[in-house]
Amino acid sequence: MSSLAAIVWLTLKLAGVTTAILLLVATPLAWWLARSRAWWSEVVGALVALPIVLPPTVLGFYLLLALGPDSVLMAPLQALGVRTLAFTFEGLVIGSVVYSLPFAVQPLRNAFQAIGERPLEAAATLGAAPLDAFLSVAVPLARPGFVVAAVLAFAHTVGEFGVVLMIGGGVPGETEVLSIEIYKLVEAMDWGRAHLIAGGLLAFAFAVLLSLLLFDRRAGRPRP
Amino acid sequence: MIEARFEGRLGDFTLDVTLSTPAAGVTVLFGPSGCGKTTLLRCLAGLTRLSGRLQVGDEVWQDGLAFTPPHRRRVGYVFQDAALFEHLSVRGNLLYGRKRAGLGADDEFDRVVHLLGLEALLQRGAGKLSGGERQRVAIGRALLSEPRLLLMDEPLAGVDAARKAEVLPYIEALRREAHAPVFYVTHDVTEAARVGDRILLMREGRLVEAAERAAPDAAEADERRWLRERLRRLGGEELAAELALGGTPLTVARLAVEALRDGRNIDETPQNSR
Repeated sequence: MSSLAAIVWLTLKLAGVTTAILLLVATPLAWWLARSRAWWSEVVGALVALPIVLPPTVLGFYLLLALGPDSVLMAPLQALGVRTLAFTFEGLVIGSVVYSLPFAVQPLRNAFQAIGERPLEAAATLGAAPLDAFLSVAVPLARPGFVVAAVLAFAHTVGEFGVVLMIGGGVPGETEVLSIEIYKLVEAMDWGRAHLIAGGLLAFAFAVLLSLLLFDRRAGRPRP
Repeated sequence: MIEARFEGRLGDFTLDVTLSTPAAGVTVLFGPSGCGKTTLLRCLAGLTRLSGRLQVGDEVWQDGLAFTPPHRRRVGYVFQDAALFEHLSVRGNLLYGRKRAGLGADDEFDRVVHLLGLEALLQRGAGKLSGGERQRVAIGRALLSEPRLLLMDEPLAGVDAARKAEVLPYIEALRREAHAPVFYVTHDVTEAARVGDRILLMREGRLVEAAERAAPDAAEADERRWLRERLRRLGGEELAAELALGGTPLTVARLAVEALRDGRNIDETPQNSR
């Protein structure tokens, strides 16, 4: 069993890496979802939102198959000498990205939709090419959406359990994160340490939600 | 010359316009709301794409499948709601297009800032401006992008009477100052008469009449008196007063009178039409 500090560090590392990847993946996805007029974009929207309603074990099960040694998805990686991503940190990151995707996409999509067409039309008539207009107008105007997306993705990744257990398996130093540690401690009847971690996560979750609500209140208030 | 031909449907609205105007001065697009003025303006900017052809000077912006996207057209567009970038200061807004035209805060920048009376506002956030100030910044932002064609969509529609009086002189000054031809959309008679070098009357997606600003001649005094009387009876007091001061071009005023007489289908509540 690793030290508590190592587990906390691993959890934060997982959440940090996941959040960074999520912002890169979710931004273009949310942009496209916010602006596409094709009805089938909602098919993509529903796929992205699936992790909200699916049992984490279902998601974890399919991810385990996808990242396991017999998966066709793994074939290109196996050519590079990586046999499987199951029970590895990298596999855990992939699982977390999928699991927390809707929590990053939804606030960004809402933020992009709220901006509307007009500022982008104005940017175009002022000579800004589409990518330029996106970076210089849409992204700054959607800043509150980015804050919410990052915070939710981070917090949700810290709090995940089912997916992490399925594809991580709680390998010390590799995939053993806080939520898994609580489960192990309770199984081992170590109530004291379980209390410590559970209490810490409770306080963390509350602090995150409170600061989000306060941020929302401030951002939603009309400018003086 | 600016030569345009647009034809197409948007929902149950049909635009069918052919126009040819000199590439100088202010062309007012005038008519009741829903007649297609804004759609025509958006087609000129490339924000809406209908089939047709558009040539501005020696540049063809649209012809068959060839279509220059808005960001490569160098049009300045002043939206009815100003559409300022709320995350930037007034200065940031003014320089947004200018930087992309490869220019900066040079003498011309200072000149336009002075022309529009924006000196004191430069550092202010775009979200902290009054309606009249917002429109002045929007006009300055469009002017400073060094457009080849300046398009203004009812820049005074959302502004109350006092603010209108504040901004109108700046727009009149544009007629002398702007190096680019201007298309100016309005359904306000007074505005049309004050800013236009020529006026194109639109109805139900078509151009129905056109008039040039006339040179003064001997019959003008009589004409002026006649118009003034007609205007008073039609309720265009403001314009009548203006005619009395000798400020309004007669052919433009005559068109305005015709439009008023045609059953008053000039929209009377511009603020609700958005």
